[in-house]
Amino acid sequence: MIARLRAPGLHRGLLSVPIGIGLAYAIVLPIRAASHYHPVLDGTAILQVALISAPMAFLVGLGAFDYWFYWAAGKPTRAEDHSGHGAKTWKDYFRINTDHKVIGVQYTVHSFLYFLIGGLFAMLMRVQLAQPGGKFVDANTYNGLFSVHATILIFLFVIPVFAGLANFVLPLMIGAPDMAFPRLNALSFWLLPIAGLMLLASFFAPGGSFASGWTAYSPLSTSAPIGQVFFTLGVQFAGASSIATALNFLVTIITMRAPGMSFFRMPLLVWANFSTSLLVVIATPFIAASQFFVLLDRGLGFNFFNAGSGGDVLMYQHVFWFYSHPAVYIMMLPGFGIISEIIAVKARKPIFGYRMMAFSLLAIVVLGFTVWAHHMFTSGMPAWIRDPMMITTAIIAVPTGVKIFSWLATLWRGVLHMDTPMLWAMGFITMFTLGGISGVMLAMVPFDLHVSKTYFIVAHIHYVLFGGSVFTIFAGVYYWFPKMTGRMYDERLGKWHFWTTLVFFNVTFAPMHLIGIQGMPRRVADYSAQFASWNLAISIASWLLGLSTLIFVYNMIVSWRGGPRAVANPWRGLTLEWQVSSPPPIFNFDTMPTIVGGPYEYGVPGAVHAVFRDGADVPTPATTRAMVTQE
Amino acid sequence: MAETHGAQSTPHRPAVPRYIILRLLAIGIVAAAIGIVLGFLIPWFPPAAAKQAHTIDTLYYVLIVATVPIFVLVVSVVLFSAWRFRMRPGEERLDGAPIHGNTQLEVIWTALPSALIAALVVYAAIVLHDIGVKQPGEMTINVTGQQFEWTFSYPAYHDAQNKPIVTTVLYLPINRPVVFEIHAVDVIHTFFVPAFRLQEDAVPGITTSFRATPDRLGSYPIVCNQLCGYGHSTMRTTLKIISASAFQNFLATHGYSGASTQTASLHRSSGAATAAVADVANRPNPKEGPQ
Repeated sequence: MIARLRAPGLHRGLLSVPIGIGLAYAIVLPIRAASHYHPVLDGTAILQVALISAPMAFLVGLGAFDYWFYWAAGKPTRAEDHSGHGAKTWKDYFRINTDHKVIGVQYTVHSFLYFLIGGLFAMLMRVQLAQPGGKFVDANTYNGLFSVHATILIFLFVIPVFAGLANFVLPLMIGAPDMAFPRLNALSFWLLPIAGLMLLASFFAPGGSFASGWTAYSPLSTSAPIGQVFFTLGVQFAGASSIATALNFLVTIITMRAPGMSFFRMPLLVWANFSTSLLVVIATPFIAASQFFVLLDRGLGFNFFNAGSGGDVLMYQHVFWFYSHPAVYIMMLPGFGIISEIIAVKARKPIFGYRMMAFSLLAIVVLGFTVWAHHMFTSGMPAWIRDPMMITTAIIAVPTGVKIFSWLATLWRGVLHMDTPMLWAMGFITMFTLGGISGVMLAMVPFDLHVSKTYFIVAHIHYVLFGGSVFTIFAGVYYWFPKMTGRMYDERLGKWHFWTTLVFFNVTFAPMHLIGIQGMPRRVADYSAQFASWNLAISIASWLLGLSTLIFVYNMIVSWRGGPRAVANPWRGLTLEWQVSSPPPIFNFDTMPTIVGGPYEYGVPGAVHAVFRDGADVPTPATTRAMVTQE
Repeated sequence: MAETHGAQSTPHRPAVPRYIILRLLAIGIVAAAIGIVLGFLIPWFPPAAAKQAHTIDTLYYVLIVATVPIFVLVVSVVLFSAWRFRMRPGEERLDGAPIHGNTQLEVIWTALPSALIAALVVYAAIVLHDIGVKQPGEMTINVTGQQFEWTFSYPAYHDAQNKPIVTTVLYLPINRPVVFEIHAVDVIHTFFVPAFRLQEDAVPGITTSFRATPDRLGSYPIVCNQLCGYGHSTMRTTLKIISASAFQNFLATHGYSGASTQTASLHRSSGAATAAVADVANRPNPKEGPQ
């Protein structure tokens, strides 16, 4: 028993939490006593420290730092023998595991848990908004609902689920046995449950959850009840996870490509995650800074954003958006990568303009850092900033347009396998185009002066993040489901899921453009009676949209448990992840691949992406090999 | 069968005959035209009550004309591909045409959208400049946002106590240019007048502003458009645009006696006005303003 509690794992992790809380008391009480603060025993002060110390103690207890502690203390380190690789039972997913495939599944499943919670919050919000004068929840709870909704869907669903899918397939795609830093990879994942629980726990804080939106503008956030700190610190843990993963991806992509895998032979998903990771490592420290400012303002009276004491209210927004605009691309570029993979395979054609596809990703990375103040056209910032930001915002539509047109050209004269992943990919192209168009409209400052912060923005962001990112996530999950689980999903249910989602998504979000232009503000618990009928329609559609997700959940659970066994390469794909078994062997490749050609040479006679050096796999064109496997 | 696949003899998806592409183009043009007509028929906007609003509405309709064809293009190609290039029975082993790119096409679809966007940006920048131009005879209104109420003060018009007139409902005379000077007491609010198509944040510590020239009589909503706390959704009031004479009456009922620098004698001479002031002072919100 004692041995079990001393061994790294969930038990030791949970036991360490009280130690972390004790540490918070030990730090706060002496300092308050020495400073003659009254009262010495102040719950708010202790809570703010405990929200940092308890999670850190949990991670230490879990064993996330064991290796590094041994190494730092000069004790013999236990070299990674990879004995923990692979997951034999479901319990293995609840341990520190350094296998990128296990971590990929951990990430993905955990993210979808938060997808369901975030979606549920949205449905509750729509109950409140079904009629003007809604009495379902009070205004403060409502503000909390949409704040937590946005925060967990951004920081605990879209960003990490992309990291999860890439965690699983990216090392396979470049012919690597694992990620470059497996222990860091495990730590990155385990920071996420902490962030998620912290954000949800804010509902139990005195004064309610954080209710200043996911943007947490000061001075509203600096003067809000203690629930706000759950956001301030929760985002730090999610951000740290994000940065660590991005670093891991960068090093993995740069140093661990198989022989012959030059940058221009990489699949576009790898390019997309390379670009995304650049954005993450450069931008994420800025949101960390913005939230530390808020924390110091709240906890220690630094007055960064206190106008009465020389603080600068607008500075918060500049620092915040310097991350949060690139974050929009952090939530979209990996999706671009997924769509490129699926369109090429399912249209049986090479990606049209491969190099332009890669360069446009890099162009978006660079331009993504030049447009942040378009979120602030009506913020009261100096008026001259509007014109340059309008120009850069409009320009960034060009590389995005190049990608859309290239996908369309890839479809042209293809042989389209219109199964579930392809439906999601084609649905994505149309829906994301709408989101892009409303984005170009919003770039035009005079129009933004009218619709900024109205429901038009809500419509735009959901066309980009739901019709955009979430559609690509569904596409990717269906596409790699056979590889990740070794089972096939139910195609019929997948199509039902797509069509119901497509219809109810549009019925939910398209009318928001209209009520936004008519002047309905976002983030309101109540609204003018003139918007009543549209809001009722939107509410009903949103509940049906939520129900359509149940088809997905059912399909995933039932197929994972008892779906038909998947062959190695059900889609006849050329990229490396399809050349190994489903699920892949513990060390990915029994024989090292050598890359001899591009990743998308469909329809090119005799084209080969990779050859396997020795063993049973003689150098054969990957297409032929794929078909042999299937037959 | 597997052996023959990938060999030169395998047919690829053939090129699309020209007449079909022309037909697709024709359908696309018709669909775009229908889309644009729909875009014009939908009652997007609330009533416009300022000169600036008309300019911004026009910009929006130009954006509809510019962007609907792009959406139609994308949707048409997707739907056409789904119909024409769908895998049919017997094509399980067929591959698409191995086209890797087309530099000419790529240049076109980079250059054309760039040109379109450049034109829109220039146009929008001109509109932005025009709506912000200082007008002769501007009246300044001080707008103050606090949780969860708007107050408006008229620094050009003082009451009997020689203080600017203050209201919680905004009265503006028609056709008189206004510049709003916007302040916040506690947190950020947004002074948003949908009928003007204009808004600007009220930010603690700084003064922000925008200009509008009311040009339509009537009552219009004023809403706070920035989350400002639990009462945010109730932070609304009304804008009343009234005739110039009605505005003089409004000023009079609030104790203004005709000159911006007041004298006691002037004030005393208008007994009726004094009575009106006393009457108004007893009511927190002047419900029946002039008109």
